[in-house]
Amino acid sequence: MAMTENAGAVSQIWERVRLLRESPVGVIGAFLVAFWVVVALFAPLLAPFEPNASNLDALGDPTPSAVNWLGVDMSGRDILTRIIWGSRTVLSVAPVAVFAAYALGCLLGLLAGYYRGWVDNLINRVSDIILSFPAIVLYIIVIMRFGPSAFNIVLAVIFIATPQIMRIVRGMTLELREREYVAAAKMRGESALYIMFVEILPNARGPLIVDACLRMGYTTIAIGVLGFLGLGLPPPDPDWGGMVKDSYALMSIYPHMALFPAAAITSLVVGFSLLADGMREISMRD
Amino acid sequence: MLAFLLKRLASLVFTMLAVSALVFAAFEFTPGQVATKVLGPFSTQDQRDRLMEELGLNRPVWERYIEWLGNTLTGDLGYSTLFKTAVNNIIWDRLANTLLLAALAFAIIVPLSILLGIAAGMREGSVLDRTISVGSIVTTSVPEFASGVFLASIFVIGLGWLPGTSPLDSGAGWPIAAQLVLPVTVMVLYDLGYVVRMVRASMVEVMTRPYIRTAILKGLSFRDVILKHALRNAMIAPFTVILLQINYLITGVVVVEAVFAYPGFGRMILESALAQDVATVQAASLFAVFVSVMTQIAGDLGYMMLNPRIRFS
Repeated sequence: MAMTENAGAVSQIWERVRLLRESPVGVIGAFLVAFWVVVALFAPLLAPFEPNASNLDALGDPTPSAVNWLGVDMSGRDILTRIIWGSRTVLSVAPVAVFAAYALGCLLGLLAGYYRGWVDNLINRVSDIILSFPAIVLYIIVIMRFGPSAFNIVLAVIFIATPQIMRIVRGMTLELREREYVAAAKMRGESALYIMFVEILPNARGPLIVDACLRMGYTTIAIGVLGFLGLGLPPPDPDWGGMVKDSYALMSIYPHMALFPAAAITSLVVGFSLLADGMREISMRD
Repeated sequence: MLAFLLKRLASLVFTMLAVSALVFAAFEFTPGQVATKVLGPFSTQDQRDRLMEELGLNRPVWERYIEWLGNTLTGDLGYSTLFKTAVNNIIWDRLANTLLLAALAFAIIVPLSILLGIAAGMREGSVLDRTISVGSIVTTSVPEFASGVFLASIFVIGLGWLPGTSPLDSGAGWPIAAQLVLPVTVMVLYDLGYVVRMVRASMVEVMTRPYIRTAILKGLSFRDVILKHALRNAMIAPFTVILLQINYLITGVVVVEAVFAYPGFGRMILESALAQDVATVQAASLFAVFVSVMTQIAGDLGYMMLNPRIRFS
């Protein structure tokens, strides 16, 4: 039983990949995301230097050269190396944060939509309060209060994204709970948890996968923005937003120091957004 | 209508109370740090205790919360440790600067996004539609600080047409108008795509309605079908989305203002947060939430007025 279910899941994923090829925009997005995932996975092999090693000789002319393909920053650190290692920061913090926010958001959304009544009211009230904060203000308050670290960035993302995910899941649960297969499961005497997680949630996956992909993009922006504002990961470990912030003052002399990390983060976010659009397109077809 | 308004106002009061308690609590768990910060790390415990008593920080949290709330409501926003003056003396100037930025961006975003959204949505799947749709996805995906870097390297460093910072001070050698171009452009680029997609989706939906088919079949020109029949109905759904952009434009401008050193509300929040200036952050966040809740209410009201079929339970 479990075997066939697994095989079903694998063939479903393969079916999605196959369908995605029909959306050129989605293919470009998938390629961009896959590129950065590979870069992040093989960072130690790909990076020509140590991420925090400074080569003071290169400071005489920090612009791109045969040795430092993308040049060095004002501390003489190789920019290509730091961009490669920086992809690890983004691609570990963002998925963890989005996944955790999804776990919590799905649970709360299912509870609110399935039980309705006071559970729904309570969850909605608290969400309304969190959602009434502009996201960036909430990020600033959370990081200012608890200090900048990868863990606190994850916490901030969970705090901000959970109510939004909760709303989507709740809306779909309200609709799906009226379906026949839910009534059938109730008749069989299945528990509420079983109905929520086995009957309702899998049937809501289409829009949720698209949203999760978009949200990876937003979260990448948020991580970059926090780094740029000086609220991101503490130095010296490379993170793209922080790299732009550190070199922004030197823009007029050495624009490459800010341009390359800005291009890196842009390509990753564009990748996530295009991939989400491609998946939305194919999900509308079936 | 009146009942709806009263209900929304009651929920506004509730939300603001909860938010103020949250904002207050976020910074008040450890008031002892304030004394250490004011007196320095080498102060004695006795000195710190005396300062705490002077500032009233040794009283219970709820007592201090009520006092702070009362002060805030009567217009006393506290003392900014960063700007060394009352919060009231800076926050309004900063807000006026941000309003200028927001108004300019809004005045460009609304007509442009409606135009692009309608052009894309009137023929779903056409080349024009795909171009506008993908274009809007891409511009929305560029983080504001990255587009700031891209635009600055072209127009400031490459061509030298515009200034890279916008201190709103003509002494820097650039007229104020030139200083506003890049910040407004970055805001428009970042925010435009979202509204375009909303207008487009609504337009696509309206174009499938029977009355549009009727209008086409009775021989109206395509231009008249769009302008006289589709446009008005396609604008109902995106109306709320457009109003909600005011929220982003006033309170979400932190990054743009940081990129261009613009003396606005967003940069004030950031600077005061980095300097642990609690009074300013508290006042500014309360104001930001107020703006966001008010735009939501305005959005609901406008939606109701545009579409009389909608009744609120």
